[in-house]
Amino acid sequence: MTVRELYQTMPYGNAPESAAEALTWLVDQGDRFGLFIDGAFTEPGNGIEAITPATGEVLASLTVATAQDVDAAVAAARRASADWAALGGHGRARYLYALARLLQKHARLFAVLETLDNGKPIREARDIDIPLAQRHFYHHAGLAQLMQANCPERAPIGVCGQIIPWNFPLLMLAWKVAPALAAGNTVVLTPAEWTSLSALLFADICQQAGLPKGVLNIVTGGADVGALITAHPGINKIAFTGSTATGRRIREVTAGSGKALSLELGGKSAYLVFDDADLDSAVEGLVDAIWFNQGEVCCAGSRLLVQENVADQLLEKIRRRMEKLRVGDPLDKNTDIGAMIHPVQRDRVAAMIAASGGEVFSPGAVPEGCYHAPTLITGLAPSDPLMQDEIFGPVLVSTTFRTVDEAVQLANNTRYGLAASVWSETIGRALDVAQRLDAGVVWVNGANMFDAAAPFGGIRESGFGREGGWDGFLDYTQPNVSGVALTPIEAFPGNGDSRAAPDPTIDRTGKLYIGGKQMRPDGGYSRPVHDGAGGLLGHAPLAGRKDGRNAVEAARAASGWSRSSGHGRAQILYFMAENLSARANDFASLVNDLTGTTRGTAEVETSISRLFTWAAWADKAAGRAVDVPQASMALALREPVGVIGAICSDEAPLLGLVSVLGPILAMGNRAVLVASEAFPMAALEFVQILETSDIPAGVVNLLTGCHADLAPTLARHADLDALWCFSSTDLSGRIETDSATNLKRTWVNNARARDWFGPQGEARDFLEQATRIKTVWLPYGA
Amino acid sequence: MKTLGQDHTTPAPQAITPRNAGCALDLGWVRSIRVNRAAIDRRAATLPARRSVKGPHQAAWLCKAVACMDLTTLSGDDTAARVRRLCAKARHPVRADLLQALGMEGLQVGAVCVYHEMIGPALEALEGSGIPVAAVSTGFPAGLSPLRLRVAEIEDSVAAGAQEIDIVISRRHVLEGNWEALYDELRLFRAACGAAHMKAILATGELGDLGQVARAALVAMMAGADFIKTSTGKEPVNATLPVGLVMLRCIRAFHERTGQRVGMKPAGGISKAKDAITWLVMVKEDLGDRWLEPDLFRFGASSLLGDIERQLEHHVTGAYSAGWRHGLA
Repeated sequence: MTVRELYQTMPYGNAPESAAEALTWLVDQGDRFGLFIDGAFTEPGNGIEAITPATGEVLASLTVATAQDVDAAVAAARRASADWAALGGHGRARYLYALARLLQKHARLFAVLETLDNGKPIREARDIDIPLAQRHFYHHAGLAQLMQANCPERAPIGVCGQIIPWNFPLLMLAWKVAPALAAGNTVVLTPAEWTSLSALLFADICQQAGLPKGVLNIVTGGADVGALITAHPGINKIAFTGSTATGRRIREVTAGSGKALSLELGGKSAYLVFDDADLDSAVEGLVDAIWFNQGEVCCAGSRLLVQENVADQLLEKIRRRMEKLRVGDPLDKNTDIGAMIHPVQRDRVAAMIAASGGEVFSPGAVPEGCYHAPTLITGLAPSDPLMQDEIFGPVLVSTTFRTVDEAVQLANNTRYGLAASVWSETIGRALDVAQRLDAGVVWVNGANMFDAAAPFGGIRESGFGREGGWDGFLDYTQPNVSGVALTPIEAFPGNGDSRAAPDPTIDRTGKLYIGGKQMRPDGGYSRPVHDGAGGLLGHAPLAGRKDGRNAVEAARAASGWSRSSGHGRAQILYFMAENLSARANDFASLVNDLTGTTRGTAEVETSISRLFTWAAWADKAAGRAVDVPQASMALALREPVGVIGAICSDEAPLLGLVSVLGPILAMGNRAVLVASEAFPMAALEFVQILETSDIPAGVVNLLTGCHADLAPTLARHADLDALWCFSSTDLSGRIETDSATNLKRTWVNNARARDWFGPQGEARDFLEQATRIKTVWLPYGA
Repeated sequence: MKTLGQDHTTPAPQAITPRNAGCALDLGWVRSIRVNRAAIDRRAATLPARRSVKGPHQAAWLCKAVACMDLTTLSGDDTAARVRRLCAKARHPVRADLLQALGMEGLQVGAVCVYHEMIGPALEALEGSGIPVAAVSTGFPAGLSPLRLRVAEIEDSVAAGAQEIDIVISRRHVLEGNWEALYDELRLFRAACGAAHMKAILATGELGDLGQVARAALVAMMAGADFIKTSTGKEPVNATLPVGLVMLRCIRAFHERTGQRVGMKPAGGISKAKDAITWLVMVKEDLGDRWLEPDLFRFGASSLLGDIERQLEHHVTGAYSAGWRHGLA
């Protein structure tokens, strides 16, 4: 067309970014890639093809790692581990800084390669993926530098196996590799089968940075390689980002192995628009929420919830805006929506839409190839599968709400809990909703804002663990002391004398404590409990499945506790200490009798001190402000996890109970506690302390019985948010396996003992495990 | 079905858009306006990176910017001769050999914008060109002279032959929230304009925040403004992209609700060809192609043209240009 014709019609035309440099880099590598193990590339082996989704052309051939390759990578990482940890924070910070610099120097090469390999628009790779990856390495250089000063009690975990998805290949690598290396771990990483090239280019810059060999190993090949890493006995931690189904399998496979685990899984994030929102800006926010990266985003704002009185207006604005979206060549700088990763994904999304009962709107056809049109589906009810299931494509589903309460209820009506957006110009409303949403990240008047300093991660079936900031960094550390092996503690056998005591007083019946009431066990069974000499101390009820269920139900109902003030919770913990102190002698002699030791006084005194510790923390761990390079406040809020189950230590019947109850209550959770199996009477007696300490009904629920019997019920209970286990019966594997059904957070002892009397008994982990981080973004501007 | 991701454009109709008759003051609408500054800033900040116009497309877009330009001189030392020079540039904004190479012979600017006293020399110098003369009015730039005189100034300028009148609003009415007063004043001005088109200068840099910009824009359109204009060029902050985005969204809302199209004129601070393209992109994205014509979009600018000339020469020759190769205004 002539300039004059263009002048009359004013089209944008095409503005293709050149692929020449990236293609040259591929040619320079011989178009064939080996694995990056022990600081060098292996000879390319049996291959899969790296394909550019936009055209289906082959970019290069990749090696599929074998079991021997993964062994070699893990062995290299293991060899490198000690020196890398010993290098110290500053030494590691220098390397991370160099990697950040190199990412910056090769920014355009990374961006173009990412777009070629993944199909995402060049604008997004250039302006979002690559800058965020750089920022991640800069930020974590700083965390490495400050590690010793800020968390002297933490140590690296060892060799980390990392499995990353195809939607943000380099960015997810950065999210995984930067904190792992910063904290002193070494890494075996496998990129997704469809998108390995930017990871291989990253290996190239690791060589340029002189990163010690073996510190980072990259093995390509796909899901089978991920499975080899997951199951590898030489790996200490698995970090996975991907689908909930795969995350569940990883939880099962790693159960009982002692591997640390963090999972960042799927989502169906709510996008709430209230009638007092800037609707035009909310529409523009939706473009960034659901039409970013072809909608192939775990935290995509894919579930629009709009207030009824502005719904028609908003939906019309959305349709108009959709007509302006440009779908096509990812390398074109004018493209808004690029190619889907693979025809399989495109067809899967299309099939989900075809099965929908809603009204489907799409503004136009898309070019031939691996493209999918932006789609809006209206008129769905919350029960419609498309309102519940993750689509992972450029498809927005919507429904309406009437009131703030209903909005929150609908938003939280999901198996997932990754992110949410709230659009309202009323600050009180927006903040109220933000704190009531069950999600790991909340954007107020925004969407998909990320930064290395701001923790990211989900709850429920969106996984656990955080990435970014100190919270993400801590997930790559462990306490620098570990306990000795824990041997099972058996209850004392009786001496055959079934009389309660030489001088019988009035019979006391220990009962379960559920919903603020003393309850007989549903099964109607009790077991005798003896002292060290075999004398009968009394009977302890044997709680069963239904008692566990009732306890969880009572705890779920006691939600007011989680909204109470830290100050108020501290008062109650102090009151418990006061009441325990008043009966110190009784408890000391009971503990002595139960355990056959003379630790009773020490247990009671340490328990009182521990209650003071957690009373002290109750109003001092609300979270922190995060420094992000945007015009936004960002808060990493510590919220209660919800209902926490804890199977208490056997060896310290009172202190073990108090040590888990303290942090659970202090941080605003409700508790379902299973007392020491061998020595349950201290817990039964402790009910009297609970009853006199103004604890609202249902906040603390206490069961006695067989740990092995109760653990599966609790682990598989979908309405229990987390489960801790300090039992001397080794239930760690069982609990982790069972938790895969609902992906609850678990914290198990892996058959290691904990020194309940020392600092380990009130270690930082208790605070971390009793809270979850919600990152709230509050962009500002007047 | 049209295909997303390709350009779909139809040539603009030759007809000039019907004038905005305005509507009754709707205070409920004015008060319901919500503007989220942070989100507007994000949109404005990412917009230049979302669209790229290259090669012949860029040349065409820059020619469009020229056609949509109100070539302006608003200085205390303006003389008739100075205005004649400006008008000569308005007739031939780009060197003839470049226009020939581009196939854009006959390209002219949208209007010439002057003070009242310069209307006569401008009309004379532009005779036969079809380029309208715009006059700033109503006690420009502060707008604090007696209302009677401000109305008379419009009438005098219209009588002198100005076809467009750039009026300034009373910022105090906005800052005091006195929307009735603002509406009534603008109604008076509009009546005084008669057949001349009224551009309402909001002086957005003096309105405090984007919500007030939006409310003022809406009231001006209700009162019958043919264009809304960001700035006089005399405020410390002029035509920023966030302000522009808010005003464009108001124009869109007004069109959706009343069916009437109002024009947009950013003025002040736009001096680079790249900025001009960003503005055109924003108009195309948020309002649509119909607004990319001089009857609905104008740049108020004095130094922008120089940069556009250099870019157009670069397009033709492939070599970077220099200011001295292009005739001064």
